[in-house]
Amino acid sequence: MADFLALIVAKYNYWLYIILMMIGLYAMVAKNNLIKKLVGMNIFQTAIILFYVSIGYKTEGTIPIIQNAHGGHGGHGAIIHAADYINPLPHVLMLTAIVVSVATFGVAMALCVRIYQRYQTLEEDELRMRLSEK
Amino acid sequence: MDNYPALIVIAPLLGAFFAGLAAWIEKRLSYPIALAALGLSLFSAVNVLIQVIATGTIQYRMAGWAPPMGIEYRIDLLNAMVLVLVSGIAFLNLIASYKNVIQETSDRAESFYVIYLLFVVGLLGVVATGDLFNLYVLIEITSLTSYTLIALGDRDRGPLAALNYVFIGVIGASFYLLGVGYIYIKTGSLNMMDVANILSGIQGSTTVLVAFFLCIIGIWIKMALFPLHVWLPNGYTYAPVAFSRVVAPLMTKVMVYVMIRLMISVFGFDYIFTELNLGKAVVWMGTIAVLAGSIMALSQKNLKKMLTYIIVAEIGYMVGGAWLANELGMTGAILHIVNDALMTFALFLAVGNIVYKIKSVDLPNLKGLFGKMPWTMAGFVLAAFSIIGVPPTCGFFSKWYLVLGAFEAGAYHFAAALIISSLICAVLFFKVFEICFFESESKGHGDPHSTVIIEEAPISMLVVSGLVSISLIVAGLYSGTIVNTIILPFLR
Repeated sequence: MADFLALIVAKYNYWLYIILMMIGLYAMVAKNNLIKKLVGMNIFQTAIILFYVSIGYKTEGTIPIIQNAHGGHGGHGAIIHAADYINPLPHVLMLTAIVVSVATFGVAMALCVRIYQRYQTLEEDELRMRLSEK
Repeated sequence: MDNYPALIVIAPLLGAFFAGLAAWIEKRLSYPIALAALGLSLFSAVNVLIQVIATGTIQYRMAGWAPPMGIEYRIDLLNAMVLVLVSGIAFLNLIASYKNVIQETSDRAESFYVIYLLFVVGLLGVVATGDLFNLYVLIEITSLTSYTLIALGDRDRGPLAALNYVFIGVIGASFYLLGVGYIYIKTGSLNMMDVANILSGIQGSTTVLVAFFLCIIGIWIKMALFPLHVWLPNGYTYAPVAFSRVVAPLMTKVMVYVMIRLMISVFGFDYIFTELNLGKAVVWMGTIAVLAGSIMALSQKNLKKMLTYIIVAEIGYMVGGAWLANELGMTGAILHIVNDALMTFALFLAVGNIVYKIKSVDLPNLKGLFGKMPWTMAGFVLAAFSIIGVPPTCGFFSKWYLVLGAFEAGAYHFAAALIISSLICAVLFFKVFEICFFESESKGHGDPHSTVIIEEAPISMLVVSGLVSISLIVAGLYSGTIVNTIILPFLR
């Protein structure tokens, strides 16, 4: 049991992202209102973004900007330790993923507007009733 | 020219930009721009295919950055073939769809062309890229555009079907993205070749196992493998027909390509079939998908919806074939990507012509169609024969390879499922033929001798439909050439 707790504490970032992801998934599956489902979808995507951000982080690391690197002096001959700098690549990837998730959210909201204009409701059970009436 | 690989993707991307821009000045300009962009893309794809067959794999470095830092387009025989397929079908569909688009989306035709081009950009990029994260972004471009285009269709159900697709599509893409994250944790690289090299030195890692399952399940959701298919039938049925006939043949087939690419170029057969020994289980999933898709197709009253369930069954063919773990099965699966794209395209072209004239594809409304639209129906019959698998149409040959592969692997259940599904398809299509041919619409009018007036679709649609239907036979006759010059050299 103590081992298990130690495992959770040591890798808390993974547990957190999984919990967030499951909250999002729960909302997408169980909620009746389409907007709530969308919020769940956004939480789901954010969880993955946080996962990526956390894997680039290093304790005691700083932003990966090497001072005086311009002008050909390459940091004045000082040795650069990769361990001192956080890994920027996962963070940069997430800029793209954020754009994708914003775009998805926008398209989904637009679809909700269309659905509301047509049916005057965003509750899934009412929509289902309307559809089966026809 | 060295830049053809980039031009394949960039031509439709710039085309989308200029088509949107030109629509501000004159709405009629966007169609010729879209057509020119896709034509250029097809031309480049054909050139790349010729070049790859002659000289081998092309590695194109985006902006000159060397992999693994830069993004690489890696075109080998498999991509080159799929690129020609995708750009060719997108181009032909645009020619055939001119009048469909005006009829169905009337005032928004120019935005349809812009989004259509972006959709094709996504598909072509997915096929061309050699970078795992780039693949994710391009899959999302494809998905986002298909959500919007599906919503342009049926006013009552289109947006709802699209929204359901959004929810499931996001889950699929997110799983794939997570899987890429785990690959990155373990290898520190995103370039497919580089990742494959590093992974081959790692044995028994749980991280790689998690990455593998997340990626593959994400792709399975996107390709609608049964039971992850629920978004597909409604989405494709309620989309405007001009879009459903490009998304139905291409989207799922490109995702099958991604699966095969991940299996061959990233994780490797040894890992999947020897270390994890997953072959048998997934072939069973394929078998179930084939049977379930065919049986669900039987109960449909709408021709378009029936065809979407046939797509679900065809996905089962390709997934099962790819996971048989032998050369024959893989050959069959890759050949079926080409053949199934052509057959589905031919079927949906016929559906598009019918929708244009009759406005409905509910089976009872199709009575007497053979008399009214003889040429369209001729194309439809040929495509149906190909789906059933009648020689010498191309459907027969890929099924033949798949059945041979199944016997070699001892997967008799998969072979049986292929044959049963062919029989079910035969029943299905002959039911449609019976309605269209033998039942005459003019029964109720009291004058059985009145001559049937031929009301065919416009000539541009008929020409494309005829061309694609004939290509089914040509692809069938030349399937040996395709296998020997492209698929076997690629696999060896």
